[in-house]
Amino acid sequence: MPAPPRSGPENKLYARIPDRGPGGFDGQLLAFAEELRDEGMAVGTSELLDAFAALNQISWTVQADFKEALAATLAKSPDDRRTFELVFERFFFRAAEAEAARQDITEGPAADGQGFDMDLDVLRQQIAAALRDGSEGAMRDLARLAIAAFGRGEGSGVLGVDVQRIRRALGLRTDPQPDLPEDDPRRHGVPRDQLRRFEQHLRRELERALIERTASLPPKRPLTELDRALPTGPIQDLAAVHRVVAQLKRRLATQGHELRGRKRHAHVDFRRTMRASLQTGGVPVELKYRPRRPRRPEIFVLCDVSTSVTSASTFFLSVLHALHDSFRKLRSFVFIERISEVTEVFERERDFRAASEAVSRDAGVADISGYTDYGRVWTEFLALIEDELHPRATVIVLGDARTNGRPPRDDVFAAITAKAGRTFWLNPEPQLYWNYGDSVIAAYAEHCTAFECWRTDQLEDFVKALAQPVQAR
Amino acid sequence: MTDTIQEPNSVEEVAAGLRAAGYLPGESTALVSYLAAKLGKPVLVEGPAGVGKTELAKALARYLGRTLIRLQCYEGLDEAKALYEWNYRKQLLRIQTEAGDAGWQDVQDDIFSEEFLLPRPLMTAIASPEPVVLLIDEIDKTDQEFEAMLLELLSDFQISIPELGRIEARTQPVVLLTSNNTRELTEALKRRCLYLWLDYPELEHELAIVRLHSPDLDESVARKLVEIIGQVRELDLKKPPSIAESIDWARALILLGARDIDADVFRQTMSVIVKHRTDLDTVAARVGVKLEPAKDASTAA
Repeated sequence: MPAPPRSGPENKLYARIPDRGPGGFDGQLLAFAEELRDEGMAVGTSELLDAFAALNQISWTVQADFKEALAATLAKSPDDRRTFELVFERFFFRAAEAEAARQDITEGPAADGQGFDMDLDVLRQQIAAALRDGSEGAMRDLARLAIAAFGRGEGSGVLGVDVQRIRRALGLRTDPQPDLPEDDPRRHGVPRDQLRRFEQHLRRELERALIERTASLPPKRPLTELDRALPTGPIQDLAAVHRVVAQLKRRLATQGHELRGRKRHAHVDFRRTMRASLQTGGVPVELKYRPRRPRRPEIFVLCDVSTSVTSASTFFLSVLHALHDSFRKLRSFVFIERISEVTEVFERERDFRAASEAVSRDAGVADISGYTDYGRVWTEFLALIEDELHPRATVIVLGDARTNGRPPRDDVFAAITAKAGRTFWLNPEPQLYWNYGDSVIAAYAEHCTAFECWRTDQLEDFVKALAQPVQAR
Repeated sequence: MTDTIQEPNSVEEVAAGLRAAGYLPGESTALVSYLAAKLGKPVLVEGPAGVGKTELAKALARYLGRTLIRLQCYEGLDEAKALYEWNYRKQLLRIQTEAGDAGWQDVQDDIFSEEFLLPRPLMTAIASPEPVVLLIDEIDKTDQEFEAMLLELLSDFQISIPELGRIEARTQPVVLLTSNNTRELTEALKRRCLYLWLDYPELEHELAIVRLHSPDLDESVARKLVEIIGQVRELDLKKPPSIAESIDWARALILLGARDIDADVFRQTMSVIVKHRTDLDTVAARVGVKLEPAKDASTAA
């Protein structure tokens, strides 16, 4: 691709727009791959070669084909595909805008809402109609008109705020608005995903206008972890939870096999060695080893179910119970101020929703205030279970370690961890918030291994660690 | 094979060809199939059960006018069942008939020749004089060792037999691997493949598929059917209904002569789309009850 000539002499534009990378289009594609890598995708050289080969075979005039060809060669799992979509949007939008700024291409001053009359009600109706019909091109054009009409010049500086303000000014809502006239397309509510698409267009056009106005690219927004976060609503998106559980179960099952094959155990199987030695006249030339069994730990789970962490803990309990074949013994307790065993509830209720209802109904763990009392919980737990703890048992605590100002009693906790073989603490808060306010996780972390656990992949890492055979003590 | 199409020339051509073969491809499906034929790279097709992964391979074979060779994977599948096996009995016979006269060298050279080779699906696909479509179905059911064995085949289209040497593909096969994503496949395998994710189709697309497979069904009934299927998929089920189930349901409705899907019809035929006891209850409680008012609305419209 020949590089288009740069327009004009050195002006202040060049100081702020980064120079074009070397190598024309190829360079751009490499930069794109680099961004994918930055977001955690494994893009190898062979994949890049494939991408170039694929692009040779298709026409670049169809954007969908161009994107699909890249996706088919670079993104090799549904997760990667999602990342790819986001990075693709971001990268090519920025690349195009940077190029436009370099070449001084602007779209003319149409903004401000002055100088052209527009019947705002007609515009509202047109936009709603475009949303109903779902035509992409019309939506984009109308998004620009809407910004011109309702954008009010510079805007607030925060794109999200501007987008919502314009949406409200247009009267677009997903729920039906019965007081509107019969022929208004907004009367029955606007389809949700269309509205989201329109908001994306708005955001894009606003961003474009911002780049034109300031002649600089805003900082690149890294992808957030939000879409990988654990379900936070009470019983929101159950299907997603079950998918995670099913996945974990399969991973656990295959993982055992892997370990069995790979690692040699040091225990000699005497009987098999002697049998084998018969071939060599009774001389044990070849040693036979006992196969290594995957560890099936005994687990005691303690879950905080106070309102601040309840969804995370019920979710976590149901995950553990879905996985209960992998453990020799699993006993679960929930606590707020007092402690209560709920093993049976989860054995009886296979359904996550029913289980969480039963826990909140029957457990009776909130005594008076409904605030977590860790000190009392440790004491009760120790009294309840002291005789059953042994070095092969694993204790898992799930909670945010927020004591509400009550004594943490980490000495009792230390007594528990001393009796048990391993103790894990899962904190559903991001590590950033640890030890802030009334969080005393540091006091407990001295006696156990603390994990941050608010995303499904963190949970998966933890379950893996749990199922891994430990070195015999 | 008279009307063998060697190479398609454009994405549209592939899309049209697949459509003519009775398969309605999505946007990316046609493109990836086209790239697969052009670049000679295997395609890894992933997606939930019943979205037409295997069907895609069949349709490609029909469209390209090639034979479809299918290797169904399962746990414990090994080289002897996937690649080749020596025909032991025949070798034994050969040795017995000539044991007296021929020297050791002769017999040895002889019994390890292609005559005594039993080709299994992968070998058949490689050695075929005509180009074929090779479908390796449910690759995620096999173990990692088998995957590793496939690597040579997938990148170079050749198989090494110690006694015979290398057997190279005479023609370029189109290779499709399908996976239900029950296990993470190895990076090495993924790197050698193009990737295609098939998901449940959008409403209009699925409607077209149902109409294609059961054209006798009334248009409005078909639309309603697809809408209900969409609602059912939103629920948290053990096994959400796939496209195959939509088609089955459409056929069942034709057989019953249903003019509309109301609560009664739904209750009677629900078991076509939902296959678990607990799922049946969920669906009846969440979707079935909504149907009565929906029926009135549709008759009014």
